[in-house]
Amino acid sequence: MDFTTHVINGLGLGSIYALVALGYSMVYGIVQLINFSHGDIIMVGGYSVYLVMSILGLPVWIAAPVAIIVCTLTGVIIERVAYHRLLVHNAARISLLITAMGVSIFLQNVFMLFFGSDPKAMPPLFTSTILKIGSLELASSTILNIITSVIMMSGLQLLVNKTKIGKAMQAASEDTEAAKLMGINTNSVIAITFAVGSALAAVGALLYSNTYPQVRPDMGNLLGLKAFVAAVFGGIGSIPGAMLGGYALGVAESLTKAYISTKLTDAVVFGILIIMLLVKPSGLMGKNKKEKV
Amino acid sequence: MLSVNDINVYYGVIHALKGVSFHVKEGEIVSLIGANGAGKTTAMHTISGLLRSKTGDISFMGHNISKAEPHKIVRFGLAQVPEGRRVFSSLTVQENLEMGAFVSPAKNSREIADDLGLVFKRFPRLKERKRQQAGTLSGGEQQMLSIGRALMSRPKMLLLDEPSMGLSPILVQEIFGCIKEVSQSGTTVLLVEQNARMALSISNRAYVLETGKVILEGNSSDLLDNEQVRRAYLGA
Repeated sequence: MDFTTHVINGLGLGSIYALVALGYSMVYGIVQLINFSHGDIIMVGGYSVYLVMSILGLPVWIAAPVAIIVCTLTGVIIERVAYHRLLVHNAARISLLITAMGVSIFLQNVFMLFFGSDPKAMPPLFTSTILKIGSLELASSTILNIITSVIMMSGLQLLVNKTKIGKAMQAASEDTEAAKLMGINTNSVIAITFAVGSALAAVGALLYSNTYPQVRPDMGNLLGLKAFVAAVFGGIGSIPGAMLGGYALGVAESLTKAYISTKLTDAVVFGILIIMLLVKPSGLMGKNKKEKV
Repeated sequence: MLSVNDINVYYGVIHALKGVSFHVKEGEIVSLIGANGAGKTTAMHTISGLLRSKTGDISFMGHNISKAEPHKIVRFGLAQVPEGRRVFSSLTVQENLEMGAFVSPAKNSREIADDLGLVFKRFPRLKERKRQQAGTLSGGEQQMLSIGRALMSRPKMLLLDEPSMGLSPILVQEIFGCIKEVSQSGTTVLLVEQNARMALSISNRAYVLETGKVILEGNSSDLLDNEQVRRAYLGA
């Protein structure tokens, strides 16, 4: 396997990180909350696919929309039930953070209760083949990951930059009070942000279960954490930053596996985060606030 | 048009507004003057719904708005130009103005474009910089943008919170000239100012706020001659 193949494989993995990182970044941009339960949305998506495909025996074109709907609803319900009152009453950010961790533990334990803590294998969503492009040999799932993530992110860019609700999201993430004074219902903007972030995580979950076909209650932990690293690396709050951070992390992981050591991949990922925080704490595309008083 | 009756507002245990009442009639410019910490901005935020009063009520054009959400209050035709401009600094000048039209009663994008044209006519400097990020504007330009943004919602009444803050005397003159024009074109104005002389010179009536209470009210021209006001707020 040559260098190009490793980079493309890394982009395939990075696509999943990027999709999940977007949810962290968007939510942080609007309510300054590191939503630690976001990683568990992937797990909810994974189990949705497992239920529909392995237990009910239904095809992927039913499983995919079901997973997206279940994740979106879960995200919105989490916001309503766990965060909403804290946000309305302007609670300290640390209370929100601890609540987010609580939600994460809660979700994992609920799924452990119903499905047990052992991993469940499931069929891959799509039959995987090896594609030969010139001298490159790539798994079809890698190509699927990259194409899907690019489509999702282009769609998100259109939503944020071209629609009224997207503009409202931008305004609310910059100055929530001023956005309210413009007549923007910031509560629904927050709910929509959670919905969009969770839907993207669901797509990430679908790609993840296709690449690594098994589910377990704690599958969101490391994946969520890495996506969070990607979001911080790219500049938390920035949508292009989250994408870039996701891809960068995936490639770094893939190259480490290929040229250094498989055991060191996580160390490299978090090492990159530490270096980034030392060199440019706002991340690759973090906003430099230019303000005049 | 706007009537504030006996409102009490608290920040935690701090009693910021203690039974404050005032009103604004259609077509008037009314100013609220007072020192730092007198409760002027608190009053503005309570009218706009960002803060809640514990007792009393606020009515605007027949609607009781004391319990209404901020975004609904804007729809009634009450727009605020907040203290410190609060422009969206990473959005362009034009995008900021379009945000202002978020709940505009304008029926289509043509009408919004017309409103945009009116704002650009009033503030030609904003037109020159319409593609520039709002954060790169000077303080005076940001103030113009903040006023223009509020006008984009076609307000019946405009609340202005310290529009002179941090501006040079020439810019203050310019901004106040524009407030007068806005008033002449039929928008009622409630103005909060520390610069009492400027505020009294353009308003019809005024209320003097001190540590959360209205201590004086009257015609602005009378207050300009009032001994107590002269000593405390006009430095004479």
